Amino acid sequence: MFDKYLIDSATLRNTGPADAPTGFAFEARLGYYRGLGLSMVEKLDVSIDGAALPREAVRFDEGKGPLSLDEMEVAYDRRWPFGAPATILVDHAGGFPEGEHELSLLQQLRVSYLPFPSVNSDAKRVSLAG
Amino acid sequence: MSKIQRGVSLYSFQEEMFLGQMSVEDCIAFGASIGATGIEILPEQNMPAFPHIDDAEVARWHEMLARHGAHFTCYDMFLDTKLRKGELISDAEQVESIRRDLVLCNRLGIRNMRVLVFVRPDILAQCVPYAEELDVHMGVEVHAPWHLEHAWILRTIEEADRLGTKHLGILPDMGIFMKHYPPEFRARFERQGARPEVAQFIVDQHEQKIMCEYTIYEVAVKMGGNKAEIAMAETLRHAPYANPRRIGDYAPYFRHIQAKFYGMSEDCTDPTIAYDEVIPELVKCGWEGTLSSEYEGNRWIQDVSPVDSREQVRRQHVMFERLIAKADAEREIA
Repeated sequence: MFDKYLIDSATLRNTGPADAPTGFAFEARLGYYRGLGLSMVEKLDVSIDGAALPREAVRFDEGKGPLSLDEMEVAYDRRWPFGAPATILVDHAGGFPEGEHELSLLQQLRVSYLPFPSVNSDAKRVSLAG
Repeated sequence: MSKIQRGVSLYSFQEEMFLGQMSVEDCIAFGASIGATGIEILPEQNMPAFPHIDDAEVARWHEMLARHGAHFTCYDMFLDTKLRKGELISDAEQVESIRRDLVLCNRLGIRNMRVLVFVRPDILAQCVPYAEELDVHMGVEVHAPWHLEHAWILRTIEEADRLGTKHLGILPDMGIFMKHYPPEFRARFERQGARPEVAQFIVDQHEQKIMCEYTIYEVAVKMGGNKAEIAMAETLRHAPYANPRRIGDYAPYFRHIQAKFYGMSEDCTDPTIAYDEVIPELVKCGWEGTLSSEYEGNRWIQDVSPVDSREQVRRQHVMFERLIAKADAEREIA
């Protein structure tokens, strides 16, 4: 219902030392009309130009400190509120590749009243600012 | 004169709220400006601190409603039975989660709670003592593809009758009265590659109320339907047209209505949901609850055009006023 709004491309930045970035980060929203407990976010798949990055490389932070996706599965006391940006941190040697690339994010949610997982995805052509 | 009241669910403004273009107060102010003074909330959407709502926040909401001459009508609950990977939460945990919502609902001064349709009737029966004590009506959402006389819905009604309680019943979502296929759905499937002639076939089948599985097989197998065409045909599984004439039989079991819609025409008519048949039935049976707008068109048009939820809700309320007045007038003549 909000797929095209998941990735905030203006927030893309490298992480780690400026001259030797160790990864990149961007802000994302939850593709759902309400907030959801973090334990029900089953997947946050990040890809560059269609190539999926390993699950272990991705961390999530809604503002209370970064979590691996495995840690997120048992974070029963934390929520991703409706419409609120959260930081997606990705370990990726050298940072986000130079020039314009397609960044995609797939969210798989465990929504109790749906018989199947809720899958939302966004893909945007992005590049690092300046 | 009918005692039907008009209101709006904040669900209607999800596009603008999600994008930070409207605050909850903007939504309430807009509702009140068009006479939709009854406000339905989704705490898990509209209260970022949920479930930790302190008294100051409760007071802040009441002050906000008072500033605009508005009032709460309904609390939309959720139940995360799949909180933990690989197992459902226990029955006791389900009851406790619902009790938590009933308590917050009562603290907010709200007397209607929308219960998700998948919640088991026997779980709700266990919650009835709490609902009675807190004076909150638990209304199981009658949402398409369920409908008023679906056996699952009848189980809740049987449970309410068995317990002799006024605090358990239903809460119809008007999506169950889909008389015509939504033009917004069709247009989006065509943008995704559905051929116009196949889309027309699906619309014609729905118009004739042919059981959906015939149409899905025709499209998927006989017509060699593409992905968009098959997806469009499959929406028919969720597109029932329940009989509005049965509303009066079930009216004692509901106090609030989610007035679902996907898009209003410029002349303030709904091309899809049969409000022109539903509202006379509500007036006839003397129903006194709130018609609470639930606009759900954003997801069907956001790929091609800006979403203007306010204009959509405004048009629906022009229609409500017109249809209620007309039904009232016809009652007086009769």
